[in-house]
Amino acid sequence: MRVWTLHLAVLVLLFGLQFVLPPYHFTNFARIMVLAVFAMGYNIAFGVTGLLSLGHALLLAAGMYGTGLAITALGWPAAPALLAGVVAGGVMALAVGVLALRTAGVAFMIVTLMFAQAGYLTILYFGPVTGGDEGLVLARGARAIGGLDLSADTPRYLAALALFAVALLANLALVRSRLGRVMVAMRENEERSRMLGYNPFAVKLAALVISGLYAGAAGAGYAVLFGYIGASFAGIQYSILPLLWVLLGGAGVVLGPLVGVLVMFYLIDISSGYTTAHLLVVGLALLVLVLFAPKGILGALRERLWPWLP
Amino acid sequence: MDFGPFLLLAVMEGLVAAAVLALTAVGLSLVFGVMRVVNVAHGEFFMLGAVSAWFVTHWLPGPPVVGFALALILCPALVAAVAAAADLAVLKRLNYQPQATIVATIGLLYILQQAALSLYGPEARPVAAPFTFNIQFPWFGYSGYKLAVVVAAAVILTVVWLVMTRSRAGLVMRATQIDRDTAQAFGINVDRVYAGVFAFGAALAAVAAVLIVPIQQAHYLMGGDPLLMSFIVVIIGGLGSLRGTVVAALLIGLSDGVISMFFSPTLAKILATLLVALVLVFRPQGLFGRRAG
Amino acid sequence: MAAMSLLSARGLIRHFGGLRAVDGIDFDLEAGQIHALIGPNGAGKTTFVGLLSGRIPVQSGTIWFNGQDITRLPAHRRVALGIAYTFQITSIFAALPVYDNVALAAQRLHRRDLRVHSMAHLARVGLEGRADQVAGTLAYGHQRLLEIAMGLALEPRLLILDEPTQGLANAEIDGFKALVRGVTPQTTVLLIEHNMEVVMDLADRITVLDAGQVLASGAPAEIRANRAVQAAYLGG
Repeated sequence: MRVWTLHLAVLVLLFGLQFVLPPYHFTNFARIMVLAVFAMGYNIAFGVTGLLSLGHALLLAAGMYGTGLAITALGWPAAPALLAGVVAGGVMALAVGVLALRTAGVAFMIVTLMFAQAGYLTILYFGPVTGGDEGLVLARGARAIGGLDLSADTPRYLAALALFAVALLANLALVRSRLGRVMVAMRENEERSRMLGYNPFAVKLAALVISGLYAGAAGAGYAVLFGYIGASFAGIQYSILPLLWVLLGGAGVVLGPLVGVLVMFYLIDISSGYTTAHLLVVGLALLVLVLFAPKGILGALRERLWPWLP
Repeated sequence: MDFGPFLLLAVMEGLVAAAVLALTAVGLSLVFGVMRVVNVAHGEFFMLGAVSAWFVTHWLPGPPVVGFALALILCPALVAAVAAAADLAVLKRLNYQPQATIVATIGLLYILQQAALSLYGPEARPVAAPFTFNIQFPWFGYSGYKLAVVVAAAVILTVVWLVMTRSRAGLVMRATQIDRDTAQAFGINVDRVYAGVFAFGAALAAVAAVLIVPIQQAHYLMGGDPLLMSFIVVIIGGLGSLRGTVVAALLIGLSDGVISMFFSPTLAKILATLLVALVLVFRPQGLFGRRAG
Repeated sequence: MAAMSLLSARGLIRHFGGLRAVDGIDFDLEAGQIHALIGPNGAGKTTFVGLLSGRIPVQSGTIWFNGQDITRLPAHRRVALGIAYTFQITSIFAALPVYDNVALAAQRLHRRDLRVHSMAHLARVGLEGRADQVAGTLAYGHQRLLEIAMGLALEPRLLILDEPTQGLANAEIDGFKALVRGVTPQTTVLLIEHNMEVVMDLADRITVLDAGQVLASGAPAEIRANRAVQAAYLGG
């Protein structure tokens, strides 16, 4: 019971923040919440099921371009375009998963990395349509649902929060469901899970597709809320960042991704007041995490204090 | 230019690319073969080689040959030292566990990139070639230096092969690769071998970069491409097979060069990345590797 | 005769490079019995049950279960048909609580009242008091019992136990024997065992393996009297 209370409290807190946050942080938080959805998707694949993918940028981009191109090239309104983005993420995850899940471990990491690279290069190759490296700006008029202009600060924040809320609660439900327990089992001891009657390929594919739906939703949301799609979101950086966010916040913990995105965002924000060495911050964070704190913030807290934290 | 000569030009360009690629990929292959570590920062060792070569040639007065020769010796040594330090400080502590080492080498990648950005800057800068003479073909002139690169790479690869197969150091490396625990039982200091191999792999990438930098220019982001291409080569050639790596480097370097010239470099890379993904999925032992088990 | 067999295997062969682990085995298992598989180390017992459970793919031969050819069926599908296997080297979910270990097995069969059934299975091996304990922190003997509980929670037609009493104290072995007797005849039990006392006490039939082949098969008294078996294994 306290589990649901905690997570609902987080949502209420985020809702309440809109009244107190200064404008700069207001937009930041909207961005953080959308990226946290992406990170939650990655957590489902990596933290829960143990699939270390290095190609999740492909799924984010699928959602982003699925929605963005539906709006610019097909002229769709925002709501169906959003849906298109979510579906695109899931379908891309299915396609990649069917092939990549025939491998495991290091090979899996490399295969996902390669598919994502191919995706990034393809976006560049079809520059005239996709906008290539510069990307495309989505017209303000197209970014409205039912008359509500999502490019304005408050509607945007609330839309981001709505997306995050749905994603968070769905994630919580998944982790506590039978499927969620099986996904954890696959991570912990695949051979044993197999001998309990669970099909490893099917379970991992399900995890990847769900992860893809989350990534697609994040990409779609980002496109509509921030009005920009670009090839950089398909680049390797956006495959590394979710790994970093999840490790930092606590792999396998439902609230971990949010914590990871939040901490990393402000770590870079604050440090850029002193230095332009963002890459260094990311690199050092990864090293410190993997050497000294592999469980991340919430993971360590769960181990020491709160074993009931999902 | 007619098709024939154009093709010849493309092939020669591809050969230069293949030469550099072979050196870089062999470095990566050695590290994975002996240590079972996937070093995502391998491209950054390449970049460090190029950037440090710029520093050496820039600060050294006199004819370019001297600066370049010094760079050829100093820079790989410097990069090797950095690599050995990274291995002892980080990778060893992680016990070379696969998932953790990949994350750690990603962190290393960012740190090295940042170091270059901060100390060298975001611009791309050229390095003077040690000598410039043109070989005149009937249809076009071709840089003699480029051909020298191919020869140099071939020589270095031969030396590496001799070291691996004929020398005691090579024997120790191969023993550690086959069975780490038994090697340790025979008194081989595995930690030192690993540090040495990691350093050696990095040095090879650095040498390749020093050779190519007069042609290419040094830039802090130049490591991404060599990393990707070496991965492709090592996987298609079969992990742990030196011969496979060299053959794959030739194949991929040549086809990349040819496709780049006739179509587009981006398309060539798309095909290459998809190819390696499919090879890993359907034929994981590559072309020459042995299937485990 | 064949129609009554719950499981039968014909001409099973499995080599690993030069090692002929299973080298042409015919085997019949009748429903409702407790069948023991004995033999010296390296005889191929674990490989053989690995072929039956689907952990290891067959190179040649056929396996029939409940009238169905399962030779090419993957392991997880065989579990669905009713074959459960407990590991020789304990393979539980060490990082998860004891409850979760059993629940993972039981949740395939029970949508509702999962908790009731899981706790019941734990109670059968005496571990219900440790449901919240992390499985990896259990004593080795208790981990073996947890393995057995997981197998039972699958409510299988055929339960394959690979050296189940290894690491158990004498009192626990008695409890184990009662447990196995209690699940038959609804469940058929095939067990690999080195503990001869347990074998002679429990088994309705015994099959002796040696060097990948069947040396002898029959009732306990016959096996005990068989000279070839005595020479190869029982050693007096």
